[in-house]
Amino acid sequence: MDPKPLWLLAELTYKCPLQCPYCSNPLDFAGPRFKRELSTDEWCRVFREAKALGVLQLGLSGGEPTLRPDLEQLVRTAHGLGLYTSLITSAFRLTRERLAGLKAAGLDHVQISVQGADAELSDEIAGTASYRDKIAAYHYTRELGFPLTVNVVLHRRNLHQVEALIRLAESLGAERIELANTQFYGWALHNRDALMPTKAQLAAAWQVVERERARLGTRLEIVWVLPDYHEQFPKPCMGGWGRAYMTVTPAGEVWPCHAAGRITTLTFENVRDHPLDWIWEHSAAFNRFRGDAWMPEPCRSCPRKTQDFGGCRCQAFLVAGDAGITDPVCSLSPHRHLIDAALADEREPEEWTYRAAPASRALAGRG
Amino acid sequence: MSPATAAAVPRLHAKARLQRDEVRGREVLLYPEGLVGLNPTGAEILALCDGVRSLADIVATLERRYDVTGLERDVAAFLDGLAEKGLVLYGP
Ligand code: SF4
Ligand code: SF4
Repeated sequence: MDPKPLWLLAELTYKCPLQCPYCSNPLDFAGPRFKRELSTDEWCRVFREAKALGVLQLGLSGGEPTLRPDLEQLVRTAHGLGLYTSLITSAFRLTRERLAGLKAAGLDHVQISVQGADAELSDEIAGTASYRDKIAAYHYTRELGFPLTVNVVLHRRNLHQVEALIRLAESLGAERIELANTQFYGWALHNRDALMPTKAQLAAAWQVVERERARLGTRLEIVWVLPDYHEQFPKPCMGGWGRAYMTVTPAGEVWPCHAAGRITTLTFENVRDHPLDWIWEHSAAFNRFRGDAWMPEPCRSCPRKTQDFGGCRCQAFLVAGDAGITDPVCSLSPHRHLIDAALADEREPEEWTYRAAPASRALAGRG
Repeated sequence: MSPATAAAVPRLHAKARLQRDEVRGREVLLYPEGLVGLNPTGAEILALCDGVRSLADIVATLERRYDVTGLERDVAAFLDGLAEKGLVLYGP
């Protein structure tokens, strides 16, 4: 059976008042490729086409999606289509009135990031004083009756706070806390040496997660996104290329995952030029790694290929220079040494580069 | 989550929503970052979880509708499965 997508991540804008060094947005987010943002009508058409194609879950993300003044209208359209709509926001300057308006428009779920468990660390990592706004927005979200996810990206500088972060989410009455170990794409890859956790940090944090899961049960769902560099086998990236998931970027390019745009050997189509169903079914980029016919060894004859689909195509490209080979995270990959070299527990952490437009323009030339 | 008693009143958690999935010809239960595909029976059970009917009422309604008996175990097992995921709550 032909796969139909269930998930659409709509990256409404790459503008963002925060500057998280782990941001997965493209390094050249401020460049010409993403400049001409889709209009309200274009997004509404994308949502209609996505629903007709089988999408049920919609994430409104960015950058910072609340910077779009038409967000309410986009939510209203998505809700009218029956999409389960999640707002993924930093909550910077997010008011109660705005959230109430989004609730009235039919928003289903709010996901608010926090960078650390206290103002000092959170604001330092975000590069922008935002912790106070976040805490306020958490409360508004609960008061308005939204289900709430607290989202934290974990790395060397905040892994020691996992327990405090879970307690924070619990005290806020959140439904879920997503503890997402940094995935190394975009700015996170650029800042990899500064963000890379040690084995000991990860082991300690994982112990906390297990203990807290047992204590909290269904009261607070704790999602732990694996630190894949420290694993033996790769993650089943996006549930397989072009199987269930797609991302639409601010200027309308459609990607099989939110990092795929960096694969320079593929050409990605734009919703301005083609209907979404054509892009999903017929575009070269979506078909390139569908199924398992593209797989080389060691994946081709590996029994795990139906579970992990050979891992992440972006990681194969970014780390080993070829999107069409086994994810180098895999211990069976001939390129695993490239991952091991990045682990270096002994190394002193380096300074990071904050994600910001001037740095983006300076780095864009370098790819 | 304790399994349901006959008097328990099951209801969907506020975060979950029933939705028609036209493309795949089924009902689905949608919730933050996830979904459960439902068969027609499952969809029918959840449609009866209105926060007023007890488990016994729901079972009786279905048994009347299909002129059968002995559905309680299956209905309870289905709802318990969703309760374990935090998608169904049992109230008094
Ligand atoms: S990760 Fe941080 S900088 Fe990147 S879009 Fe999200 S809030 Fe903005
Ligand atoms: S060889 Fe390929 S299919 Fe097998 S575990 Fe590694 S990545 Fe997965």
